[in-house]
Amino acid sequence: MRQAELTSECPGVTPLLMQNGHRDTMGMRWMAPVLVASIVALGGCISVNAPEGPIVIELNINIRQEVIYRLAEDAGNTIEENADIF
Amino acid sequence: MNSNSPLSRFALGLAAASLALGGLASAAYAQRDPAYEQARSSGRVGEKMDGYLGIVGAATPELQRLVNDINIKRRAVYAEKAQAANATLEEYALTAGCVAIARTSPGEKYQAPDGSWQTRTSAPPLRDSRCPA
Repeated sequence: MRQAELTSECPGVTPLLMQNGHRDTMGMRWMAPVLVASIVALGGCISVNAPEGPIVIELNINIRQEVIYRLAEDAGNTIEENADIF
Repeated sequence: MNSNSPLSRFALGLAAASLALGGLASAAYAQRDPAYEQARSSGRVGEKMDGYLGIVGAATPELQRLVNDINIKRRAVYAEKAQAANATLEEYALTAGCVAIARTSPGEKYQAPDGSWQTRTSAPPLRDSRCPA
C-alpha cells in the first residue's frame, strides 16, 4: 500500500527507470523515499505526542492561590448548604 | 424589672424571632447521617486535601460504600458550583478541601500536605500553603 502511494506521488520516477532498464537500482531507489517517509512519520508522531503529558500534569499543579482565594467564600457557603455530606 | 416595659417586650420579640430563624436554618440544611457522623468522630474517615473524604486505616465494605456515596455527591456539588463560579472541578474541590479541613472538629482526622493523616486538635490544622487563612 505504501509503495503504491509513494510511486503515485512521484509519477516521473518509475517510467524513467523502466526505460533505462536498471531494475536492480530501481529497487534501491524507492527504498530511500520509504525510509525518509517512515522517519518523517515517526518524527511527526513523537512531536505530536510529547507535549501532551507535561501539559496535563502542569494543569493539576498550577492551581493558583488567587483562584483558591476567589473560590473560598463560595466553597464555604456550599459546605454549609450541603451539611449532610460534609 | 417591669416585664411590660416596651424595651423588654422588644427584647423578648427579638429573642423569639432569632429562635424561629435559627430553627428554620437548621431545618433547611440536612444533617449528617448518624453512621457518617460516627465514622468521622471515631476517626475512621477523614477530610482529604483534594476535597473528598478518605478512609483512615482499614477499609470495610460498608465504610467504603459510605465514603463512595458521599464523595459521589460531593463531586456532583463541586461540578455544579465550579461551573457557576467559572472554575475547574479540581480548583473548586481543592478549595472546598481547604475549608473542610479548617472546619474539622478536634478529634476528627484530616490529611496534611505531606499526605499523612493527622488528628485535629484545638490548634489550626496543617494545610496546603495555598489555602486561604
